[in-house]
Amino acid sequence: MASALRPTRADRIFDACNLVFSVVVFGAVAYPLLYVLSSSFSSTSAVLSGKVWLLPVEPSIAGYRAVFSNGYILTGYGNTIFYTFFGTIVNLVVTVLAAYPLSRKDFRYRGIFMFIFAFTMFFSGGLIPTYLLINRLGMINTRWVMIIPPALNVFFMIMMRTYFQTNISDELLEAAKVDGCSDFRFLVSVVVPLSGAIIAVMTLFYAVSHWNAFFSAFIYLSTRDLYPLQLILREILVLNQVDVTEMAAESIEELTRRQGLADLLKFSLIIVASVPVLMLYPFIQRYFVKGVMLGAIKG
Amino acid sequence: MLLVPVTYIFIFHYVPMYGAQIAFKNFLAMKGIWGSPWVGLQHFENLFSSYQFTRILRNTLVISLYSLLAGFPVPIILALSLHNNDYVRLRKTVQMTTYAPHFISTVVMVGIILQFLSAKTGVANRIIEALGGEAIVFLAEPRYFSSIYVWTDIWQHAGWGTIIYLAALSAIDPTLYEAAIVDGANKVRRILHIDLPGLAPTIVILLILDVGKIMSLGFEKVFLLQNTVNLEASEIIATYVYKVGLAGSIPRYSFGAAVGLFNAIINFFLLISVNQVARRVSSTSLW
Repeated sequence: MASALRPTRADRIFDACNLVFSVVVFGAVAYPLLYVLSSSFSSTSAVLSGKVWLLPVEPSIAGYRAVFSNGYILTGYGNTIFYTFFGTIVNLVVTVLAAYPLSRKDFRYRGIFMFIFAFTMFFSGGLIPTYLLINRLGMINTRWVMIIPPALNVFFMIMMRTYFQTNISDELLEAAKVDGCSDFRFLVSVVVPLSGAIIAVMTLFYAVSHWNAFFSAFIYLSTRDLYPLQLILREILVLNQVDVTEMAAESIEELTRRQGLADLLKFSLIIVASVPVLMLYPFIQRYFVKGVMLGAIKG
Repeated sequence: MLLVPVTYIFIFHYVPMYGAQIAFKNFLAMKGIWGSPWVGLQHFENLFSSYQFTRILRNTLVISLYSLLAGFPVPIILALSLHNNDYVRLRKTVQMTTYAPHFISTVVMVGIILQFLSAKTGVANRIIEALGGEAIVFLAEPRYFSSIYVWTDIWQHAGWGTIIYLAALSAIDPTLYEAAIVDGANKVRRILHIDLPGLAPTIVILLILDVGKIMSLGFEKVFLLQNTVNLEASEIIATYVYKVGLAGSIPRYSFGAAVGLFNAIINFFLLISVNQVARRVSSTSLW
């Protein structure tokens, strides 16, 4: 809040403290990110001997070379792109189909359906019954399990419904009806084109959730060919299992070098796995506040 | 239009609720959910008398309450700081940077934590060693587990959490500030008497949601940070359900379902009662 008057002494002290606070927060959040980025571009020995503090030491792309020559990582990457792409399309279709009817004030059973959807946010059958259901449906260890069970997020659906309610005017609907437009046609040719902002936000949220999905893949998938990136990441980053080369090590130096490469590869892998999501978000950032704010308005 | 979403919600959300009845049965795969014999509350009795029960309940509550107490105020403070920051470029930079970690996946997040806390090469231990201390294997010490979980979570999500508060702050009527400035109120007073009251409804709603979530601590991050040595402090309800219900050599479906159902019922009543309290105390509530 820029004040028109000259700042008082108390305000100058406040501004100084706030400035220091902001810089500290910035540093605390940025440092780990920068550290990972710098390590990923350093040499094996620099990472292994702990020489990296802020900027890359002995710059090299050995880590990235190791990442891109690992077959499992590439397959996982491909699978994740597949799940994210088709999963998000299914999400958007189902979310719009639920959100639009529920946004119409002239829909008589709106309250009942709204309750049916909202109730699932507060109560769920739990992991085991869901697992047994997925098992009965024959979806275990298939690509379907990554796309169909997460088809709708009720919270996002309510956000979209609120957007429709506040942005699509009743006059528009009446005008279309007079012209003999069906509800479905109205949705496709009027509502969706007018809702670019919310659709962009939903696309981002759903796509990120597919990209980062770990749990369902972990529970339901057992064939390595179907693994998304996150499962491969767990093996390498958390369980520390990585094949830098398939051959057996011949000497101790060779063994150390490989262990070092395995450590370096982790940093590069973190970057490779996160960059697509982080790159997407500044573009859609301007829609965020709008989208998240809508979610705050109670449905 | 609603046909597809309603079919979806019935199959993937209401069928599992129906299936939750196996918590009161002895589930036999051959007989299915309906045909399996009833055993009443036997699984619940087993749960309450098991030595694991107090442990998973305590760990779940400790991590959740710690998260709530330490994590809830941070986005509010950060939002107030950003809102009252007159340096536009610094404000934008801090915002952009603090939002970013929210998009990192849990697996990657845990990977970063492990790298930072690594005994050999981790930054944390190199600092300790530079100061003359001895390296600590942080994740092998049960007593550090909840702190590691909570503070890394704050690092990852506090920035994102400010968005909703910043939106509420930007909706405050600017004439209030003008009047306050004319009356000689400095920034601290404006924060106390304009910003905070303006945020109050948002704070109440988010607090309700968070208190309602106390017993539903997520599976992923805890599970990924777990190892055999810190299990004492890191086994929570969600990871226990997975282990007894699905991961064992002989999965105990019914027992796992009973633990899950117990948790779901507590969550449900917690949320309802918190909402009731909020409605009594203030005019703000979820429904």
